[in-house]
Amino acid sequence: MIGVGKIKQYSNVLDKPLSKGKQEVSLSAFAFLFSELVQYNQTQVDNIAELERRLEDAGYAVGARVLELLCHRDKGNRRETRLLGILSFVHSTVWKVLFGKVADSLEKGTEHEDEYMISEKELLVNRFISIPKDMGTFNCGAFVAGIVRGVLDSAGFPAVVTAHFVPMEGQQRPRTTILIKFAEEVLQREARLG
Amino acid sequence: MAAIYSLYIINKSGGLIFYKDYGSSGRMDTNDSLRVASLWHSMHAISQQLSPVSGCLGIELLEADTFDLHCFQSLTGTKFFVVSEPGTQHMDGLLKVIYELYTDYVLKNPFYEMEMPIRCELFDINLTQAIQKDRVVLLGR
Repeated sequence: MIGVGKIKQYSNVLDKPLSKGKQEVSLSAFAFLFSELVQYNQTQVDNIAELERRLEDAGYAVGARVLELLCHRDKGNRRETRLLGILSFVHSTVWKVLFGKVADSLEKGTEHEDEYMISEKELLVNRFISIPKDMGTFNCGAFVAGIVRGVLDSAGFPAVVTAHFVPMEGQQRPRTTILIKFAEEVLQREARLG
Repeated sequence: MAAIYSLYIINKSGGLIFYKDYGSSGRMDTNDSLRVASLWHSMHAISQQLSPVSGCLGIELLEADTFDLHCFQSLTGTKFFVVSEPGTQHMDGLLKVIYELYTDYVLKNPFYEMEMPIRCELFDINLTQAIQKDRVVLLGR
């Protein structure tokens, strides 16, 4: 029959090439799934700090796996050893794969040597979410902070990562900043490497 | 040429979950708006029974001397209705846009409980933008 191709059969499933995966996922489907994740965790906790921690832990698992996948698929199994290297990897490659665009900006903190910030006008996960007034400074971006922490931790750069709303003048909605505070050992290693 | 006087959203049991006033006259306080909403819910339900043809889904348009009332009912029974100036065009389109905003910014919000009053900042912001855009289009004609 014309037009019928034959898929190459691999004897060993490990020999199959790693697929590029679906490039597009329905935003609505993800929004509903994420909304359910938040609601489920809300029933399991007593306070907001606990909820943020749970979302972060969920993100951590995603981050660890994303690092493995991207190192193999996009970077040809090369490992980042420098601080700026891993930060720009997170800022561009990871963001591109997860959210379809690179992050808005990457800045170094002015007050402390070990702080870096990735800023976004609005995180994809927060697109449809309005935080009630009585929840204070809670940010569902804690999930994304967890993803970043997962990537950094698995790459050998332990850090404390948090998500914050930063009010901007002249804009109704605040920007979101992912604050990354590296552990002491990372800075020492970086200084040693020169 | 204000065009839209007010917008109501009622849940499937007839309770008012959202009310917004745009006109300068005819403003109602909370109790009155609740009463009007449940009144409309009952009339909508009764009209389905009264209809001489089968398959009637309820009142879509009510025309009076001083106002028009356009109503849109979603498949789940949530009703969106807008009270506007007589003869205002394209209210059906506006109601569909508002329905889309509802599905986006209310239903995808994890902190919103179903059938409860809507208290979502993003919904308010986008609704205001949609109504403004509508006003600009109408005034430009």
